[in-house]
Amino acid sequence: MSTSTDNWEQVQAAARESLGDEIAEFIEACRRGPEPESQLIAVLHQVQDRFGHLGGEHLDAVAQLMQVPAAKVAGVASFYHLFRLKPRGRFMINVCLGTACYVNGADRVARKVMDELGITWGETSADGVFTLEASRCLGTCGLAPVVMVDGQIHGNVTPDEVPIILEKYLKKARQESA
Amino acid sequence: MRKKKISLTIDGNPITVDEGTTIMEAAEQLGIRVPRLCYHPDLSLMGSCRVCIVEVKGMGYYMASCSVRVWEGMEVETSSPEIRRARRDIVELLLDNHPRDCQTCERDGNCELQNLAYSMGVRKRFFEGRRKRFPIDDSSRSVIRDPEKCILCGRCVRVCAEIQGVHNLSQHGRGFHTVVGPAHMANMDDSVCIQCGQCINVCPTAAFLEKPRTEAVWNALADPKRHVVVQTAPSIRAAIGEGFGLEPGTPATGKMITSLRRLGFDVVFDTDFGADLTIVEEAHEFLTRLREGPLPMITSCSPGWISFMEKFYPELIPHASSCKSPMSMLSTLAKTYYAERKGLDPAQVYMVAVMPCVAKKDEAARPEHKMPGGRPYTDAVLTTRELIWMIKCYGIDFATLADGEFDDPLGVASGAGDIFGTTGGVMEATLRAASELVTGKPADRLDFTEVRAVEGLRETYVAIGEHNIHVGVANGLTNAKSLLDKIVRREEEFHVIEVMACPGGCIGGGGQPYPRPGVKVLDPELLRKRASALYAIDSGKTLRKSYENPAIEELYDTYLGGPGSEKAHELLHTHYAARIPRGIR
Repeated sequence: MSTSTDNWEQVQAAARESLGDEIAEFIEACRRGPEPESQLIAVLHQVQDRFGHLGGEHLDAVAQLMQVPAAKVAGVASFYHLFRLKPRGRFMINVCLGTACYVNGADRVARKVMDELGITWGETSADGVFTLEASRCLGTCGLAPVVMVDGQIHGNVTPDEVPIILEKYLKKARQESA
Repeated sequence: MRKKKISLTIDGNPITVDEGTTIMEAAEQLGIRVPRLCYHPDLSLMGSCRVCIVEVKGMGYYMASCSVRVWEGMEVETSSPEIRRARRDIVELLLDNHPRDCQTCERDGNCELQNLAYSMGVRKRFFEGRRKRFPIDDSSRSVIRDPEKCILCGRCVRVCAEIQGVHNLSQHGRGFHTVVGPAHMANMDDSVCIQCGQCINVCPTAAFLEKPRTEAVWNALADPKRHVVVQTAPSIRAAIGEGFGLEPGTPATGKMITSLRRLGFDVVFDTDFGADLTIVEEAHEFLTRLREGPLPMITSCSPGWISFMEKFYPELIPHASSCKSPMSMLSTLAKTYYAERKGLDPAQVYMVAVMPCVAKKDEAARPEHKMPGGRPYTDAVLTTRELIWMIKCYGIDFATLADGEFDDPLGVASGAGDIFGTTGGVMEATLRAASELVTGKPADRLDFTEVRAVEGLRETYVAIGEHNIHVGVANGLTNAKSLLDKIVRREEEFHVIEVMACPGGCIGGGGQPYPRPGVKVLDPELLRKRASALYAIDSGKTLRKSYENPAIEELYDTYLGGPGSEKAHELLHTHYAARIPRGIR
């Protein structure tokens, strides 16, 4: 590590604190292997699994520990749709826009979700409970249109049912925070 | 081992080239210049703009000639009607997502995209689509970033990473939303940007520009109460003529001085005087360091390098010479020594510095370079480009001007000051001075050609008296890194290191004239011509040693006391500090 800057000890400690020991050790293992930079995406997946999103401080910590320029780490993270740069809500709402769901009115269901929560695709509701995303076929076309909330499938959803479904999860969120 | 030869035809012309040659390179050997945009011979291949497409017989799609290597029996068409139409369509699509403000754009007349569109035959705009919208980032003291002008060629990303080793820029997002900027789209001054301005030089459009100061200078010139002083860096005289159609490498010192007087500057000083003074102070500092350490001493004239050191190599701060840059030394003296001699109130003096450099704009604004009371010693820094524009705006016919002379006392300079503008120049000037100081005898030679790092990096030993001085010279910060890493790891002991941030030194600075169409940016041949202008000026002077500059002697005798004196330290020296964010090296 002789080419790291003078404040390497502090930088390393701060980065470890931000990412946690497990990820820091994974990065160390990558750096001992061949082509450590090629493991960047694998590292980012681990960070997202742990924190739900890739925050600026996480990306800087990854850059420091991997010794990959921060601009490159941020560039990679922002390129892939699967990486989230903003915190996600407590529950993920996936509205299926696959063919079967779409012809059965998924667009109207999605519109209702957006109106109820005041958000659009990829956004998180102001209370931090829901994040809305679109899916392309969840493999349950017989139940079209399908909405998946927190891994739970809701089939044959009509726009009118959307507030009822959302209320169920809001209640759960309220219980959790109580 | 001899390379395998490959035979192919391009536009019906048979040619045999080395294996590994690209179609574009092979075509150039036949005198065919395939139109191009993102390609740059000194940067890695990206193949993103698709302008250089050609037709290869048997392939079902057009191939990017910059990145496809030739094969045996290949038949290439570079300019069939279909190819020309496809190429024109590609440029039209680039323009569709580009502002339509050529007439009011800073790059008007110097824009590669504009030139390309004309030569491709774009005369109408056929596509009316959505345009990307991004705010301008003008937070930096030096570099403006305007992503709406960006065509995503990636040259800035590559020059920043590959030539400068800074890695400040990257493409963020994807598709229509792609934007080039620092990590997390931070403002330029909150990033690891070192303000060298090479992104401006390589940008084919106006997505990067220097922060202009011309308006402030016009205002000062129009104010009768102001005593407006201008100084010009060594490398300006070697490049300014290019802005007026003079052959690159034509020294234009005299015409430059006359044009500055026509613009209304009260006094024209020479940054070379500051360079001579830097040498005297630096040679004195070096002798002290030779006895007491720490060695090596690293030169501190290049503000891009200083910023790089503070963000990437802060542990080397004790090695950087405490001497202010020639610009800052001269500005300081203009508002102290000169103002006192002339009986002027320093507040009345307005100091304009013409520099080849955009990082100088940042240097001038640093708190260390402020007068008591908070005003900077250097009020405005103009790039060579900005001065060329002002001269044109004023209607001065540069090429026909008679030669003028710099004013006393801060306009007297030795040839050692002139060569400060090119790689190895500061080292050569230092060696001229140090050899006499160390041996106490007149130097047996004045030219130290072995330290001119035209290839970017040089390490050598120079015998001075009984000392065998180990020197390193680097330009372009990727080159500098390899020297700096050796110092940090204590792999080699050096005595003096010269670092200039920009390729070729100041002559290749981020504020120098855009090359004329057809000449590539950073062209070593162009840089060589500019450097030769400085060497010609140096060898044509009888005064070639900084120590023998009579104006410097007078300054020490009547004002400062002597090199390294308390007053010299107060006025001519500075300090540095580690900065956040730290770069990754």
